[in-house]
Amino acid sequence: MDRVPILKLGDILIVTIQIDLEDQSVLALQEDLADTVVATGARGLIIDITAVEIVDSFIGRMLSTIASVARMLDAQTVVVGMRPAVAITLVELGLSLGGVRTALNLEKGVALLDHVWDRARR
Amino acid sequence: MTQPRELPIAGNGDVVLVRQHVRKVAVEVGLSLVDQTKVVTAASELARNALVHAGGGRVRIEIVHNGVRQGLRLAFSDEGPGIPDVQQALTEGWSTGNGLGLGLSGSRRLMDEFELVSEPGEGTVITVTKWAR
Ligand SMILES: Nc1ncnc2c1ncn2[C@@H]1O[C@H](COP(=O)(O)OP(=O)(O)O)[C@@H](O)[C@H]1O
Ligand SMILES: [Mg+2]
Repeated sequence: MDRVPILKLGDILIVTIQIDLEDQSVLALQEDLADTVVATGARGLIIDITAVEIVDSFIGRMLSTIASVARMLDAQTVVVGMRPAVAITLVELGLSLGGVRTALNLEKGVALLDHVWDRARR
Repeated sequence: MTQPRELPIAGNGDVVLVRQHVRKVAVEVGLSLVDQTKVVTAASELARNALVHAGGGRVRIEIVHNGVRQGLRLAFSDEGPGIPDVQQALTEGWSTGNGLGLGLSGSRRLMDEFELVSEPGEGTVITVTKWAR
């Protein structure tokens, strides 16, 4: 089973999904992320799917679940780098990823987190 | 040209292999990037269904022709419990497991042709086709 490395950058955890993951690995990642959020006290979580060629209902649900779990652990999630073909396919599949924040790339994802934190402070 | 090929679906790793092989053939058939993505996504859903709901099965992957058009056809088959109410199973959000209930309805939308034959107690065969434009 493949494990996906989780990077810590200040208050933010960054996960880059590089390979075509088995369902087991997707579930493991979900648990690893929740554990790491708690262990590090991270307040933001960026999931980079630039290299991901398809998002089916299993991965789609994982993204929604991670965002919900992270929120409960006081961390905000942004999914970045979704390919246009993936977005089109997801919509046709019937998955809206409601509740998941998205940004076009890593830089915009970080900016979005800053914005969310700013607003929360005010 | 890639010959028709049958791949087993007996574990999580096989679902990944099915996705990879379907992608390769979709490129060969000349599907657009968006259509490749749709086909691979549908293949992932149907392969997982065979594994999760039927305890495993197989998929036959072949290139088909209709006049000058080329297409990609996938036939998923299993000897699982079958689907007693096909209309219900095709309803968006319906799941007897803990899935999102989008695999069947979504795959039908993502592909050009979708045929489901299921005999309760005997198994299920789902055949889907995407034509190059
Ligand atoms: N190969 C199969 N064998 C038996 N039942 C199936 C099969 N594929 C799908 N089903 C049934 O159809 C339902 C809907 O499938 P799907 O739309 O993929 O949703 P999910 O897999 O999330 O439950 C499943 O919950 C299951 O009851
Ligand atoms: Mg399914």
